[in-house]
Amino acid sequence: MIQFERFTLSNGLRVIVHQDLSTPLAVMNIMYDVGARDEDPKQTGFAHLFEHLMFGGSVNIEDYDEPLQMAGGENNAYTTNDLTNYYISLPAENLETAFWLESDRMLSLAFGDKSLETQRKVVCEEFKEHYLTKPYGDVWHKMRELSYKVHPYRWMTIGKELSHIEDAKLEDVKNFFFKHYRPVNAVLVVAGNVTTEKVKALAEKWFGDIPSGEKYVRNLPQEPEQTEARRMEIHADVPLDAFYKTWHMGSRLEQRYYITDLLTDILSGGGSSRLYQALVKEQQLFSNIECHHFGSTENGLVAVEGKLVKGVKIEDAEKAVMAELEKIKTRLVSEQELQKVKNKTESMIAFEDMSVMSRANSLAYYENLGDAAWMNEELQKYAAVTVEDIRNEAGRIFREENSNTIYYLAKGN
Amino acid sequence: MIDRKQPPPIVDAVNFNLQLKPYQSYTLRNGVPVYAVNAGAEEVMQLEWVFFAGNSQEEQNLVAATTNFLLRNGTNTKTAFQLNEYFEYYGAYVNRACYNETATISMHCLSKHVGELLPVVKEMITESTMPSEELAIYQQNMKQRLKVSLKKSDFVAGRLIDTYLYGEKHPYGKYSCAEDFDALERDQLLQYYNQYYTQGKLMLFVAGKLPENINLLLDEHFGDLPNNPVEVKEHQIVLAQEKKYRVTNDINGVQGSIRIARTFPNRHHPDFLKVQVLNALFGGFFGSRLMSNIREDKGYTYGIHSYLHNHIQHSAWMVSTEAGKDVAEATVTEVYKEMKLLREELVDEEELLLVRNYLMGSILGDLDGPFQIIGRWKNIILNNMSENYFYDAIHTIKTISAEELKGLAEKYLIPEDFYELIVV
Repeated sequence: MIQFERFTLSNGLRVIVHQDLSTPLAVMNIMYDVGARDEDPKQTGFAHLFEHLMFGGSVNIEDYDEPLQMAGGENNAYTTNDLTNYYISLPAENLETAFWLESDRMLSLAFGDKSLETQRKVVCEEFKEHYLTKPYGDVWHKMRELSYKVHPYRWMTIGKELSHIEDAKLEDVKNFFFKHYRPVNAVLVVAGNVTTEKVKALAEKWFGDIPSGEKYVRNLPQEPEQTEARRMEIHADVPLDAFYKTWHMGSRLEQRYYITDLLTDILSGGGSSRLYQALVKEQQLFSNIECHHFGSTENGLVAVEGKLVKGVKIEDAEKAVMAELEKIKTRLVSEQELQKVKNKTESMIAFEDMSVMSRANSLAYYENLGDAAWMNEELQKYAAVTVEDIRNEAGRIFREENSNTIYYLAKGN
Repeated sequence: MIDRKQPPPIVDAVNFNLQLKPYQSYTLRNGVPVYAVNAGAEEVMQLEWVFFAGNSQEEQNLVAATTNFLLRNGTNTKTAFQLNEYFEYYGAYVNRACYNETATISMHCLSKHVGELLPVVKEMITESTMPSEELAIYQQNMKQRLKVSLKKSDFVAGRLIDTYLYGEKHPYGKYSCAEDFDALERDQLLQYYNQYYTQGKLMLFVAGKLPENINLLLDEHFGDLPNNPVEVKEHQIVLAQEKKYRVTNDINGVQGSIRIARTFPNRHHPDFLKVQVLNALFGGFFGSRLMSNIREDKGYTYGIHSYLHNHIQHSAWMVSTEAGKDVAEATVTEVYKEMKLLREELVDEEELLLVRNYLMGSILGDLDGPFQIIGRWKNIILNNMSENYFYDAIHTIKTISAEELKGLAEKYLIPEDFYELIVV
C-alpha cells in the first residue's frame, strides 16, 4: 500500500506528496498530459523535440542542468505517445532547488534560437542512432502506419520523418508550450524525505502564481474497427528474416487491459512461456520470439515478433504462431499457469516499488490517467482475472481481420 | 513577488557525511563466505552466487559463457522448461552472467518464497546436465544473434577497441566468431562445470529483507559444496602497434561509432580514484566538458561519455560516442581539444565544486536501497580493495585540487597514448 496526500493549487496544478523517511533523497516528478498523439500530422516528433528544449534554459534561469548538479541532483525525462514526464532526484535538503527550476520552466521557456538549432541536430542524431543505423530499425514506423489508419498512434514519438524535426520553427515551439505546458495540464509529485506541510508551502511559493492555462481537451480521431487483415513485405539488407504481427486491443482504462497483460505474459513472459517453448525450443522455427503490448492509454496493440531460424519459410513460421494462438483461444489455460503469471506480476510490482523514484513516477502516471489511488488497486485487478477471461480475450484479439503482418525479409533470400 | 533569478540556498553535497551501511559476514561450514545486507521496506531479496568461473579460466573461447548460460537448461530431475516454470511460479527471476574473472547465478524473489527456491538453485550447481539439444539450440540462436549484432557499428567498434587495448587472446580483448560457437562440445562444458561450479570456489552475496533463518537455509543448501580453491589465471596483455583506425562496416551507414581509449592501471593504483574525478569533469556526466561541447553546443551527437573500464586486473580509459558520419572527424578533433584544455588550464573553483557536488549527489542517489549497497560492497570485495575504499573515494572527491587534476591530465590525457577508432 503506497500512502500519499493530494491537493490542488488555485491554478489547477495537482500536487501529490508521498513521504518515505528511510531515504535521504527527495524526488520531484512532473508529468504533462501531452504526447506524440497530440501532434499535428505535419509536425510529428514535436512532443519529443520539445522535451529536449525543456533543458535549454527557462525565462529566468539560463542553464537548467548546472544549478541542479551543483545541488547534487540528477534528472531526466521521457516522452511517449501518451505523455511527457520529467523527474529529478536530489538530496532532500536541497528540495527547493527542484521547485525553483521546475516552476520557472513551467512559467516560460527562454525560447532561444541556439537551443532549438542544437537540439534539432541532437534529435536527428538520436533518430539515426536508434532507427536508421540499426538493422530492422524502421519496422515499428512501418508497423504503426500499417496498423493505424486514422489515430495519431500511427507515428512514433521520434516522429514520422527527419524533415518534421528539421523544419521546426520557434513560433511552433512557443504555441506548443503555451497550449500544453500549463499547470492545469500537469501533475506534480514530490516524494521521499519530505513533509506535506513543506511541500504545500513550496508549491504555493513557486508554482502558485503561474497562470493556469486552458485545460487541453483531447479530441482525437478514433481508429475505426479493423475489418480486413493487412499485410506488408519489406526486403532489406538484414541478415535474417523476421516476422512481425499486431492486433488491436482495448484501452488502459478497461479491465481488458489486465487480462491482455497476463495473456501476453503466458505467451512470452519467460523461459516457460508458451511461444518460447513451442517455437524456439521444440519446433526451432524462431531464434527468439516475443509477445508484448504497447501499454497505450487508448486502444493499443498486441504484438508478436521474432527472428526466424535460417532456412525456415516465413509462411510456416507464421502458421506455427497462429496454431499456438488458436490453442489459447479455444482451450482454457490451467489455473496453475494463470497463477504463475499473477505471481510474477506481484513480484515485479514489489521490485518496482523499491525505488522511491519509481513510486513517484507511478503516482503521477495514475493521477494523469484519472486517479493516483489506482496504483494501489492494480494487484486486485490482476487477481480478478480468470482462465475464462484469458480464453475470451484471446478470442477477441487474435482474429485475422484484426491483424497486421509484416514479413521483414533478408535481401537475396 | 519572489525573485526567480535568485537560486534558493543549497547545502553543498560535498559537505554530506555519506555512509555505506556495513555488511554482515559469516562463513558456511565449508568455508564459503556470505556477505549480507539486511535492509529495505519491501518483502524482497536478492541472492548472488559468485563462482571463479569467468572466461579467464577457459582454454577455448566461449566455454565459460556457454557453461554459465546452460546452468538453467536442465538438471538430473528437471528439463529447462521445468526449471523455468518452477522459478516463475514463485515469481522469482533467476539469471546467470559470465564476466572475466567470475561467473554468477543471481536470483531476485519475494522473501517469503526463498525456502522453496534454494533447493532448485542448488540443483543447478550440482546436477546440471548441459543437454546436447539445449547446446545445439543455443549455438544456432547465438550465431544468428551475432550476425545481427555485426551489422551494428557500435557493436563492431566495441569489439575492435578492446582488442587494441588488451590483445585478441586476453580475456578482456577476445571476442567470439561463429566458428567458436560451432567448436563447442558438451563434454568440455561438463568438465568446466564440474571443475569451476560443482567443485569450484564460491562466494555469496545476499541483500534485502532477509528472513530470520537465512543463515541456516544457506548453510543447509550450500554448506556441503566442496568449495575448492581456484587461482584466477593471469594473461599477458598485447597492445596493438597501430594507434589510429578507420573501419567501414556498412557503406550506407549514417553514423560513425567513435572509440578513443588508452590503457590505465587498475583500482589499486594511487591515481585511480583521482582520475575518476578528472573523468567526471572530462566526460563522466551530463555537465561534463565533452557533453557540453559536443552535444549541447555543436549537436554532433545524442550523447558522448568517458569512463574507466571496470576490470579487476587492468583498466582502460575510454571515450565513446555515436556521431553523424559527416561530423565524426570533427568530433574526434574536439575530443583532443578538450584534453588539451584540461592539460593546459586549471579548472576554476566553481566548475570543480559542480563536479564534486554532482559526484557526491550521485553516490547518495545510488545508495538508495539494499541491492545498491551490496553491489558496492561486492565490487570492493571482488577487487580486493580495503574496507575503507568507499571513504577514500569520498575523501578524494572532497579534497582533490585543480592543480592535481591538471597534473593528472598532463600525465594521462596525452593524444599519442590513445587508440582511435571510427566504425561507420
